[in-house]
Amino acid sequence: MTDAHHPDHRHDDHHHTEPPPDIELRVKALESLLVEKGLVDPEALDALIDLYQDKIGPANGKHVVARAWADEAFRRWLLDDPNVAIASLGYVGAQGEQMRVVENTDDVHNLVVCTLCSCYPWPLLGLPPVWYKSAPYRAQAVVDPRGVMRQFGTEVAEWKEVRVWDSTSEMRYLVLPQRPEGTEGWREEELMELVTRNAMIGVEEARHPAAEGRKA
Amino acid sequence: MSGVHDLGGMRGFGPVRPEPESEEPVFHEEWEGRVYGIVRLIGLLGLWNIDMSRHNREQLPPADYLANSYYKNWFAGIQKQLVGSGLVSEEELQTGRASTPVPEHIMEKVVQAEQVRAAPYMTSSYVRPAASSPRFSQGDRVRAINRYPRGHTRVPGYVQGHTGTVREHYGSQVYPDLSSQGVDEGRHLYNVRFEGRDLWGELANVNSAVYVDLWETYLEPEP
Repeated sequence: MTDAHHPDHRHDDHHHTEPPPDIELRVKALESLLVEKGLVDPEALDALIDLYQDKIGPANGKHVVARAWADEAFRRWLLDDPNVAIASLGYVGAQGEQMRVVENTDDVHNLVVCTLCSCYPWPLLGLPPVWYKSAPYRAQAVVDPRGVMRQFGTEVAEWKEVRVWDSTSEMRYLVLPQRPEGTEGWREEELMELVTRNAMIGVEEARHPAAEGRKA
Repeated sequence: MSGVHDLGGMRGFGPVRPEPESEEPVFHEEWEGRVYGIVRLIGLLGLWNIDMSRHNREQLPPADYLANSYYKNWFAGIQKQLVGSGLVSEEELQTGRASTPVPEHIMEKVVQAEQVRAAPYMTSSYVRPAASSPRFSQGDRVRAINRYPRGHTRVPGYVQGHTGTVREHYGSQVYPDLSSQGVDEGRHLYNVRFEGRDLWGELANVNSAVYVDLWETYLEPEP
């Protein structure tokens, strides 16, 4: 029970001789101040963090993609009227109010970036990974998209057009990856396993079923 | 090119170095989640909008902006906004103790847990009435005007002076250059396609194009 009085021990192996980093204390101090002033409700703060930690994440986007693969009418709806189609599955929220879905085909590969900040479709993918918000990705994705994708192990054939979508407004973009071959007759839940977050940003293709089999 | 945040095309940052997707946590440290939550909840009080927040972060010292981790910039940004708006005094920030009361009309807007948990999860609307009919339509050739505003803008430096083709008219949406100054007005918004070779010259990736969302004021007809 004495542990309750000790500072957070989770990172002890990294810096056991150092005091807690300054930023941690400063954030705690600001949080207490805002709670004391009544501007932040502690329960609301925990609920918000839980929402993005556990509930709003790439699983939502995977569901949308798998549905589009499995159901041709939904695929067309998603491309023609993305906001309504996506809302029909329940995925609404901040930073997803105005969606466009861009489809990968035999001739076109799409990649999404936000060169000016970190715009990203939160309701479908959750909060962006560190690399998406990083200077290297934001700088290179528009000038050398093929080189960026190569850093993710993705080689896009030269005869395929690469389209980069720079999210400079409040429109948000989701890549609809190509359905992998050899998945005929697969159910939506099985297809979801092949969709990755990175494929919905466009830095990768969807997983190939054979690769999935090797993993299992 | 208007600030350090305008990174498209800049050289020298090195490789992307992604963490494996399956291993990356949403927040790498607990404090990052707290900062994210505080910024969202305080933002929902409605004292400033998303363009003001972006502009605020863009004005961090350039060297800090690039060196800081993402949520460190958010933390620096929210402190600046709290003091700038008068919501928190400099003294309160230093001492960590509340000494000034919050006006009643702001207290009424403090977000409660049940509001956070309920769909549609804190959505906003960006559509605004247009003062005029759209100047451009799909297929039009347009040039991104070379401009150098003092304040916030959302036209990336790398498209300025270049010509592209309108792919879609997105309707009239809140205009960031004014919204960042607290003036809420709509302007027509377009999605414009630029050929890679037009933007980057002969070293451009083969068979590549960049699509950028641009407000009407950023554009002129192809000369």
